Amino acid sequence: MLLGRTANGLYWMNRYIERAENMARLVDAGLRMALTRTQNASEEWNSVLLSAGSDVTFSQKYQDYTVANVSDFLLRDTSNPSSTMSSIETARNNARMVRTALTRETWESINEAWMSLKRMLARPIDERELPTVLDAIKRETALIRGSFYGTMLRNEIFDFSQLGTYVERADNTARILDVKYYVLLPSISWVGSTLDNYQWESILRSVSAHRSYRWVYDADYKPTNIADYLILNVRMPRSLTFCYRFLGEHLKFLADDYGERHACHATAEKTQAMLKKGSIKDIFDHGLHEFLVEFIRDNTRLGDEIAQDYRFH
Amino acid sequence: MAAQGSTRLAAFDEMLPEVSGLRRPYQAYDRWLKEQDPARLTQKMQDAERVFRKTGITFAVYGEQEASERLIPFDIVPRIISGNEWRRLTQGIEQRVQALNAFLDDIYHRQEILRAGRVPKDLIAKNEAFLPEMIGVRPPAGVYTHIIGVDIVRISENEFYVLEDNARTPSGVSYMLENRETMMQLFPELFQQIKVRPVENYPQLLRQSLAAVRPQSAKGAPTIAVLTPGSYNSAYFEHAFLADQMGVQLVEGQDLRVVDGHVTMRTTEGYKQIDVLYRRVDDAFLDPLTFRPDSALGVPGIMDVYRAGNITIANAPGTGIADDKAIYSYMPEIVEFYTGRKAILGNIPTWRCSEADSLKYVVEHIDELVIKEVHGSGGYGMLVGPAASKKECEAFAKKLQAKPANYIAQPTLALSTCPILTEKGLSPRHVDLRPYVLVSDRIQIVPGGLTRVALKEGSLVVNSSQGGGTKDTWVLDD
Repeated sequence: MLLGRTANGLYWMNRYIERAENMARLVDAGLRMALTRTQNASEEWNSVLLSAGSDVTFSQKYQDYTVANVSDFLLRDTSNPSSTMSSIETARNNARMVRTALTRETWESINEAWMSLKRMLARPIDERELPTVLDAIKRETALIRGSFYGTMLRNEIFDFSQLGTYVERADNTARILDVKYYVLLPSISWVGSTLDNYQWESILRSVSAHRSYRWVYDADYKPTNIADYLILNVRMPRSLTFCYRFLGEHLKFLADDYGERHACHATAEKTQAMLKKGSIKDIFDHGLHEFLVEFIRDNTRLGDEIAQDYRFH
Repeated sequence: MAAQGSTRLAAFDEMLPEVSGLRRPYQAYDRWLKEQDPARLTQKMQDAERVFRKTGITFAVYGEQEASERLIPFDIVPRIISGNEWRRLTQGIEQRVQALNAFLDDIYHRQEILRAGRVPKDLIAKNEAFLPEMIGVRPPAGVYTHIIGVDIVRISENEFYVLEDNARTPSGVSYMLENRETMMQLFPELFQQIKVRPVENYPQLLRQSLAAVRPQSAKGAPTIAVLTPGSYNSAYFEHAFLADQMGVQLVEGQDLRVVDGHVTMRTTEGYKQIDVLYRRVDDAFLDPLTFRPDSALGVPGIMDVYRAGNITIANAPGTGIADDKAIYSYMPEIVEFYTGRKAILGNIPTWRCSEADSLKYVVEHIDELVIKEVHGSGGYGMLVGPAASKKECEAFAKKLQAKPANYIAQPTLALSTCPILTEKGLSPRHVDLRPYVLVSDRIQIVPGGLTRVALKEGSLVVNSSQGGGTKDTWVLDD
């Protein structure tokens, strides 16, 4: 038996841990682009902000798309509710609220991540230190994940936590793809120019998949392969299919445990079935952008339904 | 090593009193201590702080933005009580707790003690802690105060006094448990050499004790929950800790609702009945339909469920009338009235400023006395005469004369001291003791408690909100 409020806390705790890490990964990809390409750096930073869903709030505060401004806004600005610092703070507040549902190791890893990031992000980041800071953020979230997987009982507490992780992750991957979908479209100029290569690598890098891509596909970047990898690959831990495989699994565990199915089960299964039977060609034929917009909408709806079906409020 | 002269008042040191030398309960510890490298001890002190911060054993200090989460400083020198001393203390505490429950039952029913003229009627009728809503209500199993933390001070080898009866929602028990846990992590060898009675089973005892006072309507194993005001409350860590250790739900008002005459909690599978609620929310906030209508921390309608006998609330609403500071001065009469015997544990002589003679005395001797607000807690709004400046005393005397009934005064006692580890070695500091008592069909006292220590040299204020720290408290199995 779990309080609705506790399920809600677990769900959002994990969404925010995932988000804290995603911000670091996005800045990492942006930084890479800014370092390897001299032109249009501000355009790249704008895509990073779009993927983070923070473009509007950023432009209210800043005029220039520079490394310093964007990384400050996405990593340490507490007025930006999705920044790494805000996310880790929200994750910790949720963890504090559901403390009785967490193992001591899990709680301590979150508390320690919060303490160390708070210290590290207290002052503006020196650009030379940025890679170190990004590494530290990824390390702290990896430690949380490690203690979580290593010590938590596989029960409903685990299920609600994982639902948060995968709803957030699916949303994040879909947004990254949608911001850059046009560079993946087949066009007359498609010859695999250096420019395109950078763009493609940047997409893969923002989901930490630039190395693993090569283990699965050809050494060359191909837009259909990249899209296939991020959308349909069953083994790639940040692909939409992977996320939905686990969303489906954890929702099923809950249905079995409680002996009751809800609207969220139907929604998740529908998306899962669509991903299973579709090929990347179908998706491109249907329109990549349209596909992603629908996916993001359905994914958001799934989150709302989970909250309603399990009495989060 | 313990320097006596540093305190203003000649206090009794529990380890090394001036007259008789090292006391027995500390002998084994002293032997161990002398073998330790001072550098290692300093290191251990830092380890302890790290452990506490990592686990998030923090408390919030109201009104301080900067340090919104602070640690209560922990001192690694244990406070040691012999088995014999403890037995005497527990007899006194048991008697007092029996009297408290009998007093509450009486005051909300026949009011014999008022009729007998032992306690003035006005003191009850005009007291905010007295809840008319509780008149005629008999709580499940007849227990009013289930969890009590009796504050005890010592002033000599054989003199113990009760300073306060915390009968509503005493806090700090999590520190008793975590302090022991930390000590066992830091100095495992000490616990092999010295037989210390365990405190670890407190959460299990608490759970059993709460289960034993379940309402008659509860079928089978009762569902127990801890009600917290929320994660921003200063004692939130403790609420979560206890729920966790007992293996029960930690709920907030927003999780609860009255459904079909029972208090229920909203779970992922619908509404589930609660039988016993260990609440850490004050009376005033418990039920917006009965008490403060603006409260979002309580449960609308819970008092109706309570009156119908369908839920146990621990501690019962209205318990505060028993630990009110104005009532305190009548405790010797109360104990005698209900137990038929003289109180084993004494009270500190108390002047009730509501009485003209007393007020006159208090104003004349303000620089010698400790003056407390009747309804205050946490060491706020009090004056320690000998430590205050002339100006502070004068200002306080004005407040006092404006509203005398609001205050009581007590002599400044030379609380016993216990050494703490400082950079310059051991140094004595004033301490008090809060043992925890559980009441169900029996009374259980965990051998130990929370020792609070005033870390500032010479200071007598041990409250954590005022720069106090804590120590592990050992009751020897001798």
